[in-house]
Amino acid sequence: MKNLSRLLVGLFTLLILLSLSTFTVDQREHAVVFRLGEIVSVKAEPGLYFKVPLVENVRFFDKRILTYDSSQPDRFITSEKKSVLVDSYIKWRIYDPAKYYVSVNGDERQAERRLTQTVNDGLRAEFGKRTIQEVVSGERSEIMNIIKERADSDSRQIGIEIIDVRIRRVDLPNEVSESVYQRMNAERKSVANELRSQGFAESETIRADAEKQRDIIITDAYREAQIIKGQGDAKASRIYADTFSKNPEFYDFYRSLEAYRKSFDGKDDIMVLDANSDFFKYLRGSSK
Amino acid sequence: MDNMHKMINKFKNVLAAEEGPPDLDELFRDVKSKLNSFLGGKKRQGPRGVPNQPNDTNGADSIPVGPIILIVALIWMATGFYIVDQGSRGIVLRFGENTEITQPGPRWHIPYPIEAVEIVNQEQVRTIEVGYRSSGSLGTTSQELRESLMLTGDENIIDLQFAVQYNLKSVQDYLFNNRSADGSVRGAAETAIREIVGKNEMDFVLYEGREEIAIKTKDLMQDILDRYITGININSVTMQNAQPPEQVQASFDDAVKAKQDLERQKNEGQAYANDIIPKAKGSAARLLAEANGYKVSVENEAKGNASRFDQILTEYKRAPEVTRKRLFLEAQEKIMSAVSKVIVDQKESNSLLYLPLDKIIGQKRELNYDQRDPSQASNQSPNQGNSTSDVLNSINERSRGALRARERDSR
Repeated sequence: MKNLSRLLVGLFTLLILLSLSTFTVDQREHAVVFRLGEIVSVKAEPGLYFKVPLVENVRFFDKRILTYDSSQPDRFITSEKKSVLVDSYIKWRIYDPAKYYVSVNGDERQAERRLTQTVNDGLRAEFGKRTIQEVVSGERSEIMNIIKERADSDSRQIGIEIIDVRIRRVDLPNEVSESVYQRMNAERKSVANELRSQGFAESETIRADAEKQRDIIITDAYREAQIIKGQGDAKASRIYADTFSKNPEFYDFYRSLEAYRKSFDGKDDIMVLDANSDFFKYLRGSSK
Repeated sequence: MDNMHKMINKFKNVLAAEEGPPDLDELFRDVKSKLNSFLGGKKRQGPRGVPNQPNDTNGADSIPVGPIILIVALIWMATGFYIVDQGSRGIVLRFGENTEITQPGPRWHIPYPIEAVEIVNQEQVRTIEVGYRSSGSLGTTSQELRESLMLTGDENIIDLQFAVQYNLKSVQDYLFNNRSADGSVRGAAETAIREIVGKNEMDFVLYEGREEIAIKTKDLMQDILDRYITGININSVTMQNAQPPEQVQASFDDAVKAKQDLERQKNEGQAYANDIIPKAKGSAARLLAEANGYKVSVENEAKGNASRFDQILTEYKRAPEVTRKRLFLEAQEKIMSAVSKVIVDQKESNSLLYLPLDKIIGQKRELNYDQRDPSQASNQSPNQGNSTSDVLNSINERSRGALRARERDSR
């Protein structure tokens, strides 16, 4: 039993000593070893390390890429004196933990404040040189690159590397948005009006063209019909002339008789005749 | 479909059952080799290996110590078991350093504090929603105006909602390079879509360019995320909604309606044209047919009349006097037999003669109304001229009338 208790006490002491004198560095972390407040080494590689218990202490800093997200958009003025609301995010990384510790006391909040100031200064300068149009469409990535470079060279002094600065939203302030909406409304209205008038014009063109075609077809046909009728009349006339000119005097007689016959052919017609007319000459003779 | 699923599941189960035993064998081999390699490899530097040896020998001396230590050791060892789900990967860290990535199945690692494991789902498709949030099972969505409203290249504002689906192409990158890799996706999505939309005009984004915008956004997002080495793979960017903002919705709808109005008006015009032109063609055909008929009939009439005259003339030449008399008398007879006659002898009576003509006509009318003469057949030719001009007149009338009517409409 004695053996056992001694063994356990020994084991326990050993474990405490071990835990005090070793530390592991994760792949995701830097470790900075302080000896009585003074930085003695920076462990960048993951693994198990030793330290002198109580004299040395260790602080860990994230090695990964961190994101700073500005929650509130900032107002910037463009070159045409319009204000825009911009929000952005910064991707950064602690690349020199010692410097980082010294400059911002290892406090991420403080580091972020520094970064925001640098980035906002950059944005203010770059936006001031450009119009909204350029900021929104043309030179967005260019601005982001310029600011990234600038912020990077600036933040290297505090042990931070800027991986990326990206503008997220570029929005118009509310009161400007209202006028944009009004403009959009007006634009659509004009488009709608134009479409409607165009519709009327096109429909009218089609109708007029159809009417034109109709009139052409009808009048063409009329002309053609008159020509054909004329041909018929002419031919008939020639036939009559050819035949009747063989004996014009008889034609005159014959045709007249026919005309008489046609003129007096109903009981409605009343003929008042002289009894002395040639027709009754035999009738007269017999009565005498 | 259901049947197929069942079959696949069955098949999978069979496979899993078959895989079971060898997997366990592998696991034990795994445990053994790991322990050996660790104890063997770290003996030089690891102080942990040293006390273990005397412990074992001591435990062999006194009977209760050995089993206790053995049990403690076994429990400690058992904490190293873990299971990696299908589609996931286990990332084993030995003193903080990534030494191994384990595939799905039951696994073992050297227990704390030497090794630790993190399990990351690699193949699961994750989704983020930008511009809206769908709330769980109800399927309702709420809009996030702050995310969805954005400026286009022509300084208009549009409302865009989309979803991004992604999984991981590298679990190490995902785990080790970014503090919040998933958060990066949202940031990248927002900045990418705004950059792409900012380069395009509103009409393009809203209508024909939707697909293109989605594809470009996906590419740009992948590009951005690769820059941060997030190990994330964007599967797709899907546009849920691209529309003008609420404030201008009505006028946009009206413009769309106007476009349809335009089509409608065009179609109406076309319908009118399709109505009148064939009709005109019909009328034209009728005019021509009638003219041709007239021509033939006039010619035939002429030929007939001429032939008749010709024949009579031949006979007349043979005996002119008699024929002449005969023709004259026949005509007289025909006329006289048809008409009502009043014979007046002027020589005999000098007194005034009373002739009630109106009465006589009145009587005759009532009697002989059925005897309408067939002369109307020959009257048709002049009528035809009239009917053509009627058509022409009516055309003019109609077109003028229609034009006036439409002018009234347009006002």
